[in-house]
Amino acid sequence: MDNPYMPYPVRIDDIEIATEDKSLKTFKFVFLNKEDEEKFSYQAGQFAELSIPGVGEIPIGIASSPVEKGFVKFTVFKTGVVTSHLHNMKVGDIMGIRGPLGNWYPWDKLEGKNVVIIGGGFAFTTLRSSIIYMLDPANRSKFGTIDVVYGARSPGMLLYRDELFEWEQRDDINMHITVDGTDDPDWKYNVGFVPTIVEQKAPKADPDTYAIVCGPPIMIKFTQPALEKLGYGEEQIIMSLENRMKCGIGMCGRCNIGKELVCKDGPVFTLKEINLTPKEY
Amino acid sequence: MKVIKIDKNDWTRGIDKSRETYQLFGPVTDKNQSVFKQLGKEAYPEMGRTDTIMSPKSVLFPQTEKILTASLDESVENHHIMQMPETDTTPRAAIGIRPYDAKAVQLVKLNFDTPEYRDTYWCDAYEATTFVGLAVNKPSATDFSTSMGSGPFAEEGLDILLVDLEDHYLAKVLTPKGEAFLDGAGFNGVADTDASLKTIEGMKQAAEAAITTKVPTDKLKDKTILDLHSAPFWDDLAFSCINCGTCTFVCPTCWCFDIQDETKGKSTSRFRNWDSCMSPLFTKHGSGHNPRGEKTQRVRQRFMHKLKYFLDKYDQGSMCVGCGRCVEKCPVNIDIRSICNTMNSYEPQK
Ligand SMILES: Cc1cc2nc3c(=O)[nH]c(=O)nc-3n(C[C@H](O)[C@H](O)[C@H](O)COP(=O)(O)OP(=O)(O)OC[C@H]3O[C@@H](n4cnc5c(N)ncnc54)[C@H](O)[C@@H]3O)c2cc1C
Ligand code: SF4
Ligand code: SF4
Ligand code: FES
Repeated sequence: MDNPYMPYPVRIDDIEIATEDKSLKTFKFVFLNKEDEEKFSYQAGQFAELSIPGVGEIPIGIASSPVEKGFVKFTVFKTGVVTSHLHNMKVGDIMGIRGPLGNWYPWDKLEGKNVVIIGGGFAFTTLRSSIIYMLDPANRSKFGTIDVVYGARSPGMLLYRDELFEWEQRDDINMHITVDGTDDPDWKYNVGFVPTIVEQKAPKADPDTYAIVCGPPIMIKFTQPALEKLGYGEEQIIMSLENRMKCGIGMCGRCNIGKELVCKDGPVFTLKEINLTPKEY
Repeated sequence: MKVIKIDKNDWTRGIDKSRETYQLFGPVTDKNQSVFKQLGKEAYPEMGRTDTIMSPKSVLFPQTEKILTASLDESVENHHIMQMPETDTTPRAAIGIRPYDAKAVQLVKLNFDTPEYRDTYWCDAYEATTFVGLAVNKPSATDFSTSMGSGPFAEEGLDILLVDLEDHYLAKVLTPKGEAFLDGAGFNGVADTDASLKTIEGMKQAAEAAITTKVPTDKLKDKTILDLHSAPFWDDLAFSCINCGTCTFVCPTCWCFDIQDETKGKSTSRFRNWDSCMSPLFTKHGSGHNPRGEKTQRVRQRFMHKLKYFLDKYDQGSMCVGCGRCVEKCPVNIDIRSICNTMNSYEPQK
């Protein structure tokens, strides 16, 4: 078995500013060794440790999709030591990636089902990965209807704007984009907080519909009752958690909620599972 | 079962001979503290020590350990690409490790050697190590190992069990690794098996009987994590804790760690260091949010992990071997024995 602390070497291939306030950037990496790309075979919902020698490692959700080949992408919010350093790095710089880590959205179970994706702020990364995966021609027929509720503070803070507007044009996915507020008179989409839009626009629950929720704690807190009002059961609500992490492989002991390690037993849990653990996230 | 008799007059000679094959670790006094560490060329394990303040976990899990290195000099090949540093996986022997500490190694192994991932550093060190245990003839007042699936003469995790009989040791050979160590040390005086085992059994019973503290754990299994977590006693239990982290530091089964990079000039190393769930930083998010920001939450985490989460996760008993170190060293007398009692006897209000 390989050393699980050893990152694969990668080169930064592209850096894109993702939001108008420049607090988020999307990094595209290519593996220095072709074989490593195959070893890094992942599913939508997993994360990886971005590893900068001399600075440290950070757990980040994989924003690219398993159906996109030749690179991996991550969208990173600048907040502390490692993320700030990464924001100052340049195309061509060498660093490392360790993973893929954690579990993923339950794609087997979701086959044949309707899927409602609910995201807020910059926690849309693995949801982007999931949407691209489901919309892939080879996969689209495996799922029923797809609804997406995605909100940010303002239009300029929405991630992946080009793709969002492209999905708006399609008839095999129902987009419900929203912003907390805007002074743009041409804004054609929703205005309002995610939980409100969920209540108004998301499909009513039925046994064949599952919701995937990913966002800041406050959004999760208020989305839960909205989904319950629509009739979603604990097992139909799937969430991705974030806890402080180091090892990402279940060994360093800091990311637990009860007996579950968020890095290894998660980050994806059903609400039912979460309701059985202490709320230490 | 083979039993070897080692005359104490031959002990140092055998220890010296074993140095040809093994790096030795054992109990020694360092700056007035009894610790378990690598023995210098002239040093011998202090076999008379009842207990070391620091557990022997550092034999496999150093307090600070270099795990990766890289050059940051862009003019050299492979700059910014992490490499494995040289690690020493030549045979080592932990001499005089106590049975509860050997059991602790087995519990820690569940964390570092998993079906999905193998912690290279810990596992390589584990495989290189021969555990030469020393039975506890006179258990300390805080020893409650018999309640925690171990005991003064327990053999789990040991390759050899030494029993001290004043002028000689009887060495129970438990594994081929143990046999190889005794061969290497030149200890080859075979004792009469039946008679020796009888002697050892008698001493074992006496030592076990000397541990009068009984800490019941039988009812922990049937309670739910949420019931215990929301029990009303945590604030009281945690009240006097000063979050010093001593309990996690001395504990043979506390394995939590941090990972940090350190750079000198153009070369960097990634280290892992012992960490503690008692520290607020342990769980603090970049955003400032902290799921265990309150002292009570951290104290509860430590005891819930030891006595409930681990039990539920692995079904292999508690993550405490009853060595009593944290009981003895806690500056405010927080006592896992009474906390375990409180948890075990708690009846949730329905
Ligand atoms: C499963 C998962 C997926 C994530 N996905 C993304 C993503 O797609 N985009 C994004 O911008 N952020 C994501 N985060 C959050 C991101 O990991 C933190 O913002 C980041 O670690 C902060 O690092 P720092 O060094 O800049 O901050 P500092 O505050 O300087 O933190 C120091 C160290 O603490 C740890 N740490 C601090 N905060 C967190 C945190 N919230 N979560 C985990 N570890 C932390 C890291 O090891 C970090 O290097 C994710 C977190 C998790 C657990
Ligand atoms: S040793 Fe005692 S005071 Fe210190 S952290 Fe542990 S329980 Fe708290
Ligand atoms: S919790 Fe205390 S008594 Fe139990 S193994 Fe750790 S230090 Fe020893
Ligand atoms: S991040 Fe180390 S155990 Fe989860």
